[in-house]
Amino acid sequence: MSEPKFNNSLIRWIDHRLPIFTFMHHEMHEYPTPKNLNYWWNFGSLAGIVLVIMIMSGIVLAMHYTAHVDHAFQSVERIMRDVNYGWLVRYIHANGASFFFIVVYIHIFRGLYYGSYKAPRELLWMLGVVILILMMATAFMGYVLPWGQMSFWGATVITNLFSAIPLVGESIVTLLWGGFSVDNPTLNRFYALHYLLPFVIVGVVVLHIVALHRFGSNNPLGIDVRGNQDTISFHPYYTVKDAFGLGVFLILLSAVVFFLPNSMGHPDNYIPANPMVTPAHIVPEWYFLPFYAILRAIPDKLFGVLAMFAAIGVLFILPWLDRSPVRSATFRPIYKVMFWVFLFDCVALTWLGAKPAEGIYVILSRLFTAYYFFHFLILLPALSIFETPRSLPKSIGKPVLGGGGAAMAAAPAAPRERS
Amino acid sequence: MADTNEGTTRRDFIHVASATAGALGVACVAWPFIDQMNPAADTLALSSTEFDVSGVEEGMAVTIVWRGKPVFIRHRTQKEIQEATEVKLDDLPDPQVDSDRTTRPEMLVLLGVCTHLGCVPLGQSATDPKGEWGGWFCPCHGSHYDTSGRIRKGPAPTNLAVPPYKYISDSVIKIG
Repeated sequence: MSEPKFNNSLIRWIDHRLPIFTFMHHEMHEYPTPKNLNYWWNFGSLAGIVLVIMIMSGIVLAMHYTAHVDHAFQSVERIMRDVNYGWLVRYIHANGASFFFIVVYIHIFRGLYYGSYKAPRELLWMLGVVILILMMATAFMGYVLPWGQMSFWGATVITNLFSAIPLVGESIVTLLWGGFSVDNPTLNRFYALHYLLPFVIVGVVVLHIVALHRFGSNNPLGIDVRGNQDTISFHPYYTVKDAFGLGVFLILLSAVVFFLPNSMGHPDNYIPANPMVTPAHIVPEWYFLPFYAILRAIPDKLFGVLAMFAAIGVLFILPWLDRSPVRSATFRPIYKVMFWVFLFDCVALTWLGAKPAEGIYVILSRLFTAYYFFHFLILLPALSIFETPRSLPKSIGKPVLGGGGAAMAAAPAAPRERS
Repeated sequence: MADTNEGTTRRDFIHVASATAGALGVACVAWPFIDQMNPAADTLALSSTEFDVSGVEEGMAVTIVWRGKPVFIRHRTQKEIQEATEVKLDDLPDPQVDSDRTTRPEMLVLLGVCTHLGCVPLGQSATDPKGEWGGWFCPCHGSHYDTSGRIRKGPAPTNLAVPPYKYISDSVIKIG
């Protein structure tokens, strides 16, 4: 931890009084990072950049949007047709939301595979789950703002979830609506909250990064950093790697924004909201589909809603369900297989959430829902006891510098690598 | 400091008392900030609707708006009334006799909002699917309602609600 030397006298003058340049040097320049991070570690910083893109495009849209049931749909169409580059900014914002979830879901599954939620990073993981929940709330309320048919009926169905709460459910729903149905007061408050929550997310992201920088990134081997020989400075090594990943990401985002801008949307949302007619087949946005499938799999309203919230809530206690001392799936032969089974389960639930709730789809939804909870509540605690992990390498540097496979094979079977 | 025998001090008392007063004050101010989200006075003022049911012929159904929600008015046929009254209560997930759900047996007035998650069930127009019991069918999650608007099959927990209404003349009902 060397004190940085600044050549510019103005920067020195400021830094002496307000040490932001020293802070930035420590946290973004010399910040020691494991040298073996693979590309799956790109998605954290990428998510941060997408958040900035969403906030910037969102503020632009807010300058042209009218939050009133009589004008909202028209104002969005005006953004698309009349506002200079309005179509571009709206398509970036709408597709950016989908890409945000793609990036964050990859980030989460990275954490699951490499055991990034384990001690001492439990709070880092839990803050991440808070960010996910805030993102979901923000995305849901944002989808209501264009006031199309899917906006209206999505808002109706999701707010009605709270009516499942015994005794006070109906009062809570009235409180959320500000009336007796989803109407103008609902649209106004959703707009206010949709503008607020991204900045709350920024706040939690700051806490997420503070928690991250306490012990630094986990790594593909899942073993602790032993010293300077295991790390490299964040800049330029990871800034350039993250920048490369960002370039690839922006190409993909641009491809969708310019050539397939409505591929992840639903055509019914280009019909203005009609409180008297429910569309024949209402489906949430794709990133909610697994949770929607779980909701519909349970034949009881209250328990369906509880199961849906539990599917996210279970992530909070994950660090205490998986007690295996080995982090990375690389050294956990059974967990490694079960991770892919679980990923398949989530993909299957996503697919089932888009299908009508009848016949074979209901049965499959129930099976995959049951497996989802089985994975967390039974399989992971059991694996912590019965699985024999492979032996861990001595250090991050050793497999690279000291003969790799031989060193790994020679390492004693000591899963309690980090003590 | 004026220490008492038990080791508590006047200062401890002041700490607890001021924290309590502060918490009470915050709780009092919090209520207006929560209650502002509830329906405003003008929203509440729009909470009743009148409708002349004489134009609804037997076998016909109309949908009107009450408090922003659809209200189903169906003039039931003798066959539909018979089906609704003859069903055994044991067969109903939310048991209720048909006569408790109507003022006049032929004129059924219901809130057209599925009790599952708030979609508008189909069954008002002649071409709509009406479900397995000839009443209404919710397309969102597959709830079937009978000719009395009672839940028979599907995820909805309760029967379609009957809004508060009364006949203010021979043919006009006032809802709300």
